[in-house]
Amino acid sequence: MAGQKKLTVVISQHQGKNPVKRQLEEELAMACMMDPEVEVSIVPNLYDLSHDHSGMLFLQGIRGDVVVLSWLYPRATQWILDRAGVKGRAGTVFLVGDDEEDEDEEAASKEKHLDAIGTLNLPDRLIYSIDLRASTDPQEFLSEIRRIVQETATETVDLMSWIQGEPKKEQLERYLNPREMLGIGNSETGSIAEVEAEEKVSRRWYPVIDYDRCTNCMECIDFCLFGVYGVDVLDRILVEAQDSCKKGCPACSRVCPENAIVFPQHKTPAIAGAAGEVAGLKIDLSQLFGGGDAIEMAARERDIELVRDGRDAVGLAIGIPKRQANACGVRDELDDLIDGLDDLDL
Amino acid sequence: MAEDLVFMMGKYEARVPTDCLYSKSHLWLRKDGLRYQVGFTAYSVRLLQDVYFLDWSVDPGAQVFEKQEIGEVESSKALSTLYAPFDGRIVEFNQLLLDDPSGINTDGYGNGWLFTFETDSEPLTPEQYLAVLEGGWEKTQNLLKGQIN
Repeated sequence: MAGQKKLTVVISQHQGKNPVKRQLEEELAMACMMDPEVEVSIVPNLYDLSHDHSGMLFLQGIRGDVVVLSWLYPRATQWILDRAGVKGRAGTVFLVGDDEEDEDEEAASKEKHLDAIGTLNLPDRLIYSIDLRASTDPQEFLSEIRRIVQETATETVDLMSWIQGEPKKEQLERYLNPREMLGIGNSETGSIAEVEAEEKVSRRWYPVIDYDRCTNCMECIDFCLFGVYGVDVLDRILVEAQDSCKKGCPACSRVCPENAIVFPQHKTPAIAGAAGEVAGLKIDLSQLFGGGDAIEMAARERDIELVRDGRDAVGLAIGIPKRQANACGVRDELDDLIDGLDDLDL
Repeated sequence: MAEDLVFMMGKYEARVPTDCLYSKSHLWLRKDGLRYQVGFTAYSVRLLQDVYFLDWSVDPGAQVFEKQEIGEVESSKALSTLYAPFDGRIVEFNQLLLDDPSGINTDGYGNGWLFTFETDSEPLTPEQYLAVLEGGWEKTQNLLKGQIN
């Protein structure tokens, strides 16, 4: 993998036509074009691309290291690509947004959760996901890209490798047939002509699974009553019917005990794929301040969508996980908050 | 003016002023003409501690329903989504807090107000709110402990 290969930089456009955002995209594209060690392409917003959109086909065709700049949290970008069969190890990006700059969180987010099922058959290449919201200064992005050019040229990154073991035969097959593996229905496979006709991208809304967190517990498939989730031949959970998902509804991600379900366009960072588990590091008082707990909220959101579909609301009657308190290992830091509470006899 | 009611959170005295009404979601509402001024009770502030981030997700003038998400608050120790206390209309937000939310900590029952609010609902009296605090205290402690263990 060594040699004089160029680093591919892909810019995923913002959904809107905000001139400031467009300008940043264009400036970066222009600057990258002038860089002899970089190959640059612009694609529409990754999240909206069908897997056979020419932009995604282009990404699928890249074999080497890639930098993807998008208006999404890096975790969201990573798993949108993974879902489309654009796989690779996550490269470490130093340019991150304000709400992601905590290094501990960053490290924690990169680490695979203990029981996570992981993604299969990671090829030995790196995908660097950069959030275009991390800065407004094109130079910052360009120097990060330059840094990555250097890094990938010297291949030091292999030290960080956490690739999995030998793939099984089915896994290899799935790797070789990514479309089938993704369980994308017939509706999405079409002749080239159709693809051309559908080239126009419209906004979409669907969950993206972070397999570095997902434990295949199946709570999402039990909870979602719209048939979005399915399993593949290995009984691994997947987003099967993404366009059955209800626009704006993030309910399944609230139900997920591992925070492994990302809705990249949701306003809440934790749901949109921000690094770390923001809510896990601090005490979440939402329940005290009038929120139901996440499960209740999810059930309410689901009911709204059910009723909109002319179906009956089910409340907490269907697909609600039995667990409740899912203790997460945060200690000490919060002791101050409960000083005075501890002194009471309970 | 009658003396404040007090709820003991462990050793901490959470004041419940008698010139306010309250919501179960630990907000105070003080009648100001046709509207209420709304803010965090001492109980909330004690749990939050130093607030450094406050953000509203609805616009001034928005009609809201009880428990609708209206914003977020984050402190050094905790964070929370914020919810409308009752069905009603949010008239305006306290601009001072948006620049510097520390007023929540320094003057929670005064300049630290969050927003003005119109509602036809009947807020809780101080005595009723005190009863809510007493009734929910064990659960609150368990919630806190549950989250830190």
